[in-house]
Amino acid sequence: MPRVGLFIPCYIDQIYPDVGLATCDVLERFGCEVEFPKDQTCCGQPMANTGCTVDAIPVAKKFIELFASYDHIVCPSGSCVAMIRSHYEHLLHDEIEAGRVDRAKFKHVEKNTLELVEFLVDVLKVESLDVPFPHKVGLHQSCHGLRELRLGQCSELVSPAYSKAEQLLKTMPGLQLVGLKRVDECCGFGGTFAINEEAVSCMMGNDRIHDHEEAGTEVMTAGDMSCLMHLQGLLVRQKKPIKIMHLAQIFAGRAVT
Amino acid sequence: MIAAKHDHPTNAQKFTDNEPRAHWHDQAIWFVRSKRDKAAWTLPEWELLRERASQIKTHMLSNLAGYLEQFEAEATQRGAVVHWAKDAAEHNEIVLSLLQKHGVKKVVKSKSMLTEECHLNPFLERHGLEVVDTDLGEWIVQLLHEPPSHIVMPAIHIKREEVGELFHEHLGTEKGATDPPYLVNAARVELRQKFLGAEAGITGVNFAIAETGGFVVCTNEGNCDLGVSLPKLHIACMGMEKIIPRAADLSVFLRLLARSATGQPITTYSSHFHGPMEGGELHIVIVDNGRSKILGTPEFRRSLHCIRCGACMNTCPVYRRSGGHSYETTVPGPIGSILAPSRDPAQHSTLPFACSLCGSCSDVCPVKIDLHLQLLTWRKQIAALGLLPFDKRWGMWFAGKLFSHPRLYEFMGKVGRKLWPWLPRFMVYNGLNKWGKQRELPPMPKKSFRELYAERQRQKKS
Ligand code: SF4
Repeated sequence: MPRVGLFIPCYIDQIYPDVGLATCDVLERFGCEVEFPKDQTCCGQPMANTGCTVDAIPVAKKFIELFASYDHIVCPSGSCVAMIRSHYEHLLHDEIEAGRVDRAKFKHVEKNTLELVEFLVDVLKVESLDVPFPHKVGLHQSCHGLRELRLGQCSELVSPAYSKAEQLLKTMPGLQLVGLKRVDECCGFGGTFAINEEAVSCMMGNDRIHDHEEAGTEVMTAGDMSCLMHLQGLLVRQKKPIKIMHLAQIFAGRAVT
Repeated sequence: MIAAKHDHPTNAQKFTDNEPRAHWHDQAIWFVRSKRDKAAWTLPEWELLRERASQIKTHMLSNLAGYLEQFEAEATQRGAVVHWAKDAAEHNEIVLSLLQKHGVKKVVKSKSMLTEECHLNPFLERHGLEVVDTDLGEWIVQLLHEPPSHIVMPAIHIKREEVGELFHEHLGTEKGATDPPYLVNAARVELRQKFLGAEAGITGVNFAIAETGGFVVCTNEGNCDLGVSLPKLHIACMGMEKIIPRAADLSVFLRLLARSATGQPITTYSSHFHGPMEGGELHIVIVDNGRSKILGTPEFRRSLHCIRCGACMNTCPVYRRSGGHSYETTVPGPIGSILAPSRDPAQHSTLPFACSLCGSCSDVCPVKIDLHLQLLTWRKQIAALGLLPFDKRWGMWFAGKLFSHPRLYEFMGKVGRKLWPWLPRFMVYNGLNKWGKQRELPPMPKKSFRELYAERQRQKKS
């Protein structure tokens, strides 16, 4: 039984607790021993993406200390995983060189932090999910999962088509995946971008929603709750009927609310 | 003179305020991006080509001085005269003195982003010369007294009806005419006169070959050939990173360039120049203008791989919705947002933030520039230079502190969630809350995940 350290990003912890619980449920169903180290807070991405490395470094260091003892670190957010896997090395380079961060621990965490779907497909080798979900689902493939973790084929690249999330969703009884016009365009969240470039961010979000509306989406899902939070904000303000659910919630068989 | 600070978010907002137009712009450019995808898929070896192009450029940049000297020697051998300009001012002076020496009054120019970067047109006009941009799109923006909004499709932001209007005013075409063949024909007649009257032709350079001393200019309208075949004087202006080592490398870039730019298999005209025409003169001005400074920065030197195909703009969801002018630089979009701050970080400090970090640009770039990562690096540098606005700087400082202290984080979360439902709407949704302008905030749950998880574990045990 793999010992999994659960990383629940700050905004999921505070705003979308059920996404965290659903993640636990799914992992336990597949036989993982899940632990939630309770001193965790955040991976440091908001600070790092704003350019404030000095503020991100202590947070990242803490993260490594906290999670170094687990076989795998699993997180229901592609963006946070990308921060750890693709950006920690650069962020912590000097700290590692100076011996202020243990290189072996860092390497272990960097290598073994996985996004939920990625963990299910690549490590646990889950092939199908026998959880009925009789709805029309629109998958939003969030950018960091896609272009940094390569959880699916990116439309810019001339390479074989695949999508790890789609692969699982397709096996769920009753679930109908809708086809989008722009399969992997950004939703416009982008962390502080959503505030910083409010006008463009919202236009991007509305365009994504429009694509889903035309495709007949009932439930919009993604591996990143942050993208969904932004899209939900627009949907609710405009009183649109599309529902938002994280992939973990769909996999766990939660009802649509 | 201290240049005014450019403000991308405000410019972008102005652009999106006209929603139908912003949508039209997004769709027009997305159409080009889709054409690029189709064109790329016609070559199964596409990703290999990108890799190859990237390697050639990396090699070239590591040996730039040598290749530039080789190019100069070969080009001189072929009868061209090579000039070196350290910045825009020097470039403009060189061009002007050449023109004045030949007593030139009328110049035709074929699209060159470098002369745009150096603001050559207004400079020559100030000295009493007439300069006509002969590329149709470029000419349209010239008539409108606007800068290009895109490096490959300079007038992509202008609608057909507006071109009709403009031509009616300047060329006397029928009022209300929007038929492209009719308008293009009218332009052609007018431009033909300009070509015939020109005493010198200025072109850009897409690729300069060190091995042969020749260079290639890619156009779709053949205006480069026309512009330099009639007058006796040809001045070619090139950025110093346009060098490629061997003639054989050209095939790699020509296959990538047009497909990435417009989705064509190849540009209609790839004009090769090896020395001056009989009885004429060929001058090549090689311009630095900040490039060697970029070459000296390991984080950003790869941005000099750029072959100016414009694909990163076409794919950029921000560019498509904010328009090229919102960047207030000659080269807009992702690559422009990297190049501009190296000139003046304070003036362009908002550009690296005009990006959702979606990473599409890095995947689309035919020479594999890690664009979104360089933008992220620029953010760090802007923060390090103290150019972040106060609220961002202190907000992140506070977040860093909060996230470093789990108990404090937990406590603040609890307080926040308790208080939240009691706050009257006007306190949450007001001018200070940019999130709430068009979006609702998510409803706050009573308990955080960690609280619920603790309960779950207790229940499990009992
Ligand atoms: S950065 Fe890449 S995609 Fe953008 S214009 Fe240059 S070569 Fe083209």
